[in-house]
Amino acid sequence: MQKSLFSIKSNDPVARDTYRMVLLTDRPVTMRSGQFVDIALPEYYLRRPISVSDTLPNGIVLYYKVVGEGTRAMSGMQPGMQLDLLTGLGSGFHPEKCRESALLVGGGLGAAPLFLLARELMNLGRSVSVVLGFNRADEIFLAEEFRSLGLPVHLATMDGSVGTKGFVTDAVAAGRPAFDCFYTCGPLPMMKAVCRALDTPGEVSLEERMGCGAGFCYGCSIQTARGPQRVCADGPVFDKEDVLW
Amino acid sequence: MVNKDLSVTLCGIRLANPVVPASGTFGFGLELADTFDLNVLGGISLKGTTREARYGNPTPRIAECSAGMSNSVGLQNPGIEALVSDKAPALRKIYRGAIIANISGYSVEEYAHNCARADACPDIDILEVNVSCPNVHGGGMAFGTDPASAAAVTRAVRAVTRKPVFIKLSPNVTDIVSIARACEDAGADGITLVNTFLGMRIDIRKRRPVIANKTGGFSGPAIFPVALRMVWQVAHACSIPVMGCGGVRRAEDVIEMMMAGATAVQIGAENLRNPMACPEIITALPALMDSLGIDSLQEIIGII
Repeated sequence: MQKSLFSIKSNDPVARDTYRMVLLTDRPVTMRSGQFVDIALPEYYLRRPISVSDTLPNGIVLYYKVVGEGTRAMSGMQPGMQLDLLTGLGSGFHPEKCRESALLVGGGLGAAPLFLLARELMNLGRSVSVVLGFNRADEIFLAEEFRSLGLPVHLATMDGSVGTKGFVTDAVAAGRPAFDCFYTCGPLPMMKAVCRALDTPGEVSLEERMGCGAGFCYGCSIQTARGPQRVCADGPVFDKEDVLW
Repeated sequence: MVNKDLSVTLCGIRLANPVVPASGTFGFGLELADTFDLNVLGGISLKGTTREARYGNPTPRIAECSAGMSNSVGLQNPGIEALVSDKAPALRKIYRGAIIANISGYSVEEYAHNCARADACPDIDILEVNVSCPNVHGGGMAFGTDPASAAAVTRAVRAVTRKPVFIKLSPNVTDIVSIARACEDAGADGITLVNTFLGMRIDIRKRRPVIANKTGGFSGPAIFPVALRMVWQVAHACSIPVMGCGGVRRAEDVIEMMMAGATAVQIGAENLRNPMACPEIITALPALMDSLGIDSLQEIIGII
């Protein structure tokens, strides 16, 4: 964990209620996919934990959705503003566990951390397929960025306006991608359905209301097959077998 | 800065400075060993420990508030044996300051058992007996809201240890002074106050409490003036030292707590907002003392 100041380079809407924020700092940033940052917001007491979607030599790319007062305040922040961040939090995904081909399954904002994971998997020489699910067409984001990496992207929308009508599991069944392990991030019911439907090894990225975000307040502990685990420090990424749905 | 003396003496134990992370906001210390050098801290109050391991309460356990937060972790801990055989020895290997074991229980007998076990652990310097946790049923705060039961716990733990015993009190009472005096009369060596204020938040969109346990302990800068008042009352009503706690977030607050009568000052919720809060406060103290004409922190304890 490191605490440092970042400045906002850009902060733009990319989809319905969804923003992309690029933050720069004055030294190299080393973070792995599935890790998160904890952002102090002026006027709000607790930090906001947000997963890292991509890293730059001296910065990070985040996506966030306006779901409450804090994220609404974030959506109004202007380039140049400075923010106090804790970086390098959480365990992260394990791309080395994939033998040859990986399937990435993202639901809604859960697509965000899978982008850096896709780049890590490609650097390891693994082939990658992507399935993203959204409620409706105007919520879709990151699909073009995944495609520009040269990856096949299968979309599912609940209203059928784009791609397969239905759940991400329907898009997996329709697209029939080849994979020997999967990685998923999104709403809990979606990840549960993904873990039930896919019989390969898999990792899931969980979410929980956090206090410190760094493993010492025990505010985000969950019961797992391996006993109590802190989502912030032992996770947020867990093996699918460890999650007690 | 010429020779500012930050040290204080707590029941005969010298602390390099009065800053102590409060129980529950700093794990067992080990969790933050890679974040900063723990040896800058005057003491560390460890996570509250019960006889058996506890998972604690369901999530969500945390709710943000204006100028603070509520928690209902519910005393998640690995149990007293893990504390004395694993956590405290591991911390002692990397930390030279005062190690304060925070002890909880569901009965007078359990408090005594846990304190006897902690007494036998050479790595523990001070026992802080928590009769004030608002987040567990049938224990914790139930013992700290009445002078007779607080005294009963104090007597029971006093009988099993020669280490300094601090009783950590709840602010959720009508008369904090009568409870503190009862603890002193029963043999306590010091008082820690305050624990969190019982609070609540409701998610108006979901129409349910934010915290799964419905209520939680409220802490953070909002409670500072109330905590300060209680420290001032108790410090002047008792002759044993007080560790002041509640809403402290900066060096100025440490000075204020000490002027009110605190010998040591605990930092709680602020650690969750800023894991560097304690070292930043300690670093800021000498310049602040200089600007206030203070050479030694000991000289300001209880001057108000």
